[in-house]
Amino acid sequence: MRGAFFRALLDLAERDDQVHLVVGDLGFGVTETFAKRFPDRFLNAGIAEQNMTGIAAGMALCGKTVFTYSIANFPILRCLEQVRNDVCCHRANVKIVAVGGGLAYGSLGSSHHATEDLAILRSLPEMVVVAPGDPVEAEAATHAMAAYQGPCYLRLGRAGERTAHSRKIDFELGKAIQLRDGNDLTIITTGGMLETAVRVSERLSAKGLQARLLSMHTVKPLDVVAVLSAARETSAVFTLEEHSVIGGLGGAVAEVLAESSEKPVTFRRFGLPSAFCRAVGTQEFLRAQHGLSAEALAETIGALFASCRPMSAAARG
Amino acid sequence: MNLGDCDPRRLAQRIRVKTLHMIHRAKSSHVGSAFSMADLLAVLYAKILRIDPQRPGWPQRDRFLLSKGHACAPLYAVLAERGFFPASWLDDFYLDGSRLAGHATHSGVPGVEVSTGSLGHGLPIGCGMALAARGETDSYRVFTLMSDGECDEGSTWEAALFAPHHRLDNLAVIIDYNKIQSLGSVMDVLALEPLAAKWQAFGWTVRQIDGHDFHQIEDALANVPAEAGKPTCIVAHTVKGKGVSFMEDNLLWHYRAPDGSEMAAALAELERAR
Repeated sequence: MRGAFFRALLDLAERDDQVHLVVGDLGFGVTETFAKRFPDRFLNAGIAEQNMTGIAAGMALCGKTVFTYSIANFPILRCLEQVRNDVCCHRANVKIVAVGGGLAYGSLGSSHHATEDLAILRSLPEMVVVAPGDPVEAEAATHAMAAYQGPCYLRLGRAGERTAHSRKIDFELGKAIQLRDGNDLTIITTGGMLETAVRVSERLSAKGLQARLLSMHTVKPLDVVAVLSAARETSAVFTLEEHSVIGGLGGAVAEVLAESSEKPVTFRRFGLPSAFCRAVGTQEFLRAQHGLSAEALAETIGALFASCRPMSAAARG
Repeated sequence: MNLGDCDPRRLAQRIRVKTLHMIHRAKSSHVGSAFSMADLLAVLYAKILRIDPQRPGWPQRDRFLLSKGHACAPLYAVLAERGFFPASWLDDFYLDGSRLAGHATHSGVPGVEVSTGSLGHGLPIGCGMALAARGETDSYRVFTLMSDGECDEGSTWEAALFAPHHRLDNLAVIIDYNKIQSLGSVMDVLALEPLAAKWQAFGWTVRQIDGHDFHQIEDALANVPAEAGKPTCIVAHTVKGKGVSFMEDNLLWHYRAPDGSEMAAALAELERAR
């Protein structure tokens, strides 16, 4: 996703001389091309995220489109008040980009696990929260965010993610992308779990369960229509994210379902518990530790669906 | 406004009177912080800032950022004086339904560049604005007015490192060094001395002035940048509550709003000083 983001950013900067990149002394091996090609529009603010974010807001208030860039929680939590007061309150045209969303920096430990970011950023007024599912979405999201005037947060994975989309996508902020249709249940996912979700849906299909799969790349504003359609047209809704189950995609979908007048639907959030991940290991290892492998998820969802089916059938009349 | 009204001394007096009325009506705080910077504000708005009240969004305007957002009453007062909005807006400052909140608020208030209130935000934003001015034709300057207490904030020192490194000579920070912060004297809470030497060591051109001497203030501000290629730091030695004897150098007036008799006494003193 990182490569896709920089491809898009270079393209944007080529076409718009107001596009700036401000980094917090991170991005070795990926920022050099931008810095070389646009030296006047590249800035390393040093290891000083509060200042980086204030600077970005100041530049944006003078007409620039500013991307701040760092890893994991650094560009959001260290400077959360600057994000809230300087960026959001002024509706400054700042795009905060974090590489290493979720457990991407697995082995580096909990300081580098960005597992509450969606919940925190989602609660900030004016903030658009985007977590693309694969490189294709990451590139499209970068263009869409640049076209949007206002604060955005872009949560990326790292590098080397597989492309989940087999077709050309129509990317629009706030609009979920349906990767496959199904009548039995719906899986809604955000961020880097998309490829896992594809495999889960394939496994379920092999068991005879047809899953609708939605990539909810924009967590805020949430595509409420897609969520309610899923609740109406399928018997169960499952959210899947590499994030705390509190307040992220699962929380957002739960809020919509709880307040909707649709018939009750079986619902379950798959994500991380609200706990620091003490286990050491790669992203894949840590996902498996939390029951977030494709195999485990397919198993759990299959069992949940089987147990809820009579009720859902009865509820539908 | 006519030129006679642009005399900084008289403007400062009017700012203080207006501020006093605002804080009295609102029963709000920070009159001491407001009065320590009133003279600085008067010189800025009478003599220094290149601004046009008819065009508050004019791209080439100088930017003034009030980082010590709690002392917003005199900023609103001077903006009304300069005609950015009607003086009647000051009447319900801080009260229910007012346009003017108790910390500097930009939204819907012409002339207020940024909303502040949490300390240590102004200088980083100022750095960003000063950077953005680079390469612009007919460029502008950025003035950030900060409290001494804000020098406790790490973000202030992040920006203090940044500005000289990037040679932001179109940026000036003015420190309203009244030497009293929320819970006591700066010296007792978290000593800043040697303050001027610290900024100097970070790479700023530093000038220390008497923040109530109009000639010194104007001379320092008119000469920004003081040195090509370096940002300017003006350490303005001020007196908290300056202008009203019983408010001067007294922590109580960081919080207290004057009651009726205090109001009368304060106004009488300000009147005598005209």
